[in-house]
Amino acid sequence: MSQLLTVSKPRRNTELLLLVLALAMSAMANGLVNLNLGRSFDNDFYIQIAILTVLSVGFHVVLRFKAKYADPVMLPVVVALNGLGLAVIHRLDIASGDTAGTRQWMWTSLAAIAAIAVVWFLRDHRILRRYTYISLLASVILLILPLVPGISAGNVNGATVWIAIGPFTFQPGEIAKITLAMFFAGYLSSNRDLILLAGKKIGPLQLPRAQDLAPMIVAWLASVGVLVFQRDLGTSILFFGLFMVMIYVATSRISWIFIGLALIAVGGVAAYQLFPHVTRRIDVWVHALNPEYIGAAGGSFQVVEGLFGLANGGLMGTGFGQGSPDNVPLANSDMIIASIGEELGLVGLFAVISLYALFIARGFRAALGTRDAFGKLLAVGLSFAFALQCFVIIGGVTRLIPLTGLTTPFLAAGGSSLLANWIILALLLKISDAARRPIDVSAMPPSSETPPTIEPTQKEVPAP
Amino acid sequence: MNDLSLVVTILRFGFLVLMWIMVFSVVAAMRRDLVIGRKAKVGELTAREARKHPELIEVAPQAKPQAHQLVVTEGPLQGTTLELAGMPILLGRAQEATLVLEDDYASGRHARLFPQGTRWFIEDLGSTNGTFLGGTALTRALPVELGVPVRIGKTVIELRP
Repeated sequence: MSQLLTVSKPRRNTELLLLVLALAMSAMANGLVNLNLGRSFDNDFYIQIAILTVLSVGFHVVLRFKAKYADPVMLPVVVALNGLGLAVIHRLDIASGDTAGTRQWMWTSLAAIAAIAVVWFLRDHRILRRYTYISLLASVILLILPLVPGISAGNVNGATVWIAIGPFTFQPGEIAKITLAMFFAGYLSSNRDLILLAGKKIGPLQLPRAQDLAPMIVAWLASVGVLVFQRDLGTSILFFGLFMVMIYVATSRISWIFIGLALIAVGGVAAYQLFPHVTRRIDVWVHALNPEYIGAAGGSFQVVEGLFGLANGGLMGTGFGQGSPDNVPLANSDMIIASIGEELGLVGLFAVISLYALFIARGFRAALGTRDAFGKLLAVGLSFAFALQCFVIIGGVTRLIPLTGLTTPFLAAGGSSLLANWIILALLLKISDAARRPIDVSAMPPSSETPPTIEPTQKEVPAP
Repeated sequence: MNDLSLVVTILRFGFLVLMWIMVFSVVAAMRRDLVIGRKAKVGELTAREARKHPELIEVAPQAKPQAHQLVVTEGPLQGTTLELAGMPILLGRAQEATLVLEDDYASGRHARLFPQGTRWFIEDLGSTNGTFLGGTALTRALPVELGVPVRIGKTVIELRP
């Protein structure tokens, strides 16, 4: 763990400049949708742009006060992606007569306010370490919620991942992504040495003791349970990937990568044999262009329409409102990448992917810079979960891997995903603030007059 | 009508250009942070900046070589360096420590390193396994000279100019 020197400069003005650019991009996207589809620039347009401006500038001002040294590029990147997503959803609404756009504006506001609250009230990300086991409990409860009769929204599009309270539906698994990362970070940062050193050695492999791994196994079973009981392949891949990467980062043993890949291979083959919905997904992926599969219910119609859309967009895209992305089922959530690819082309899609890559890189940069193990692991976990989610859904839409129903972060219509991702942004900003801040002396003992506290050394390790 | 479609086409490409301007502005903004291993140039502080961010003011250089860096030479954190900012540093396993030692032989709040005049002093905070300055256990606060190893558990730190 080498210490990287970071520049101790707040750079909030850089953020403001980038924010203006991001807002201009959002406004132009929304404006072009209205212009190209012959909609007048009514009050809605101005109100919505004003909301986005107020929220992001408000966030920026809160950062000036509460996290002066936070990363300057993350917030603008998120605002740009979110604004683009809102424009695309609005464009699809016009084509289909839906009102997903209004809901998305509401959720964006709510999510941004939640993120601002996190930055405002969370004094230090290290406080979260106290809630290691509460996070595990919360993750398990959140994952079980969609199966509880009464609040379960039942089987939606083949997966039981939604809960419904009154008129609102919510996907608790999105929040579980954050609590699980918190648990792994807290648990691994305190028990890393025990996992690493205690236990039998068999050949080149150092096997950890069962009691050191027990909480990890609970978490892992929860994520496998998602696959079995909720039929949600994407989320289960996400949790499993998060689990493997965090163990790998905590122990820096390359063997975890091979163990993980082996488990994925074994688990993949087993799931293909055992679960009909997994078999179906893979068959549809392999034979996507076969007319039998295109026509079948639950077949490859969606993914193939998405591919046709991408092909129609070509290099430069058809322009907002000029293509027909609304032919694709779920064009505004799972398949929003295909909609963007059609109307903005390869050039636009690559800009979106670059923005994702930059966001993820900044998350890892925050992890490298921060000085405490918990913060490092949390930032790595959150950034990696974000990266894996982008890969799984974009890979699925472009038929690189089987399509599974994960949301496209910040772009796709869906409140729970927006909320979770804005909170991830807030946590990463907090961690990057700790990483870039010059050495903080506020947590220091005031002077040598304070009585020295004597703490025993940790656990069974003998004193020399 | 022709004019309108021309405008629409220009705006269509304009938007793609704007997206890439956004991407490259972000890359330009983070270019400074990609410098690893040496302190990136931040330029001279103006009087206003110094007033607003007093923590940015660097300690004025002295004639005698002064400790500016704390380097971990042994132990789990080997290779870690910390800039000394003229403020006291808490060493230990506790999360509130300035340098969080990933060392099972260190206490939660193990030792304190603080500046006095032009020198840095180390003081043991009642740790279980003791703090050793150049091989002898500390009983009171002692000055730390450049390059003298300080042992805390399995970790050895040194001050460097």
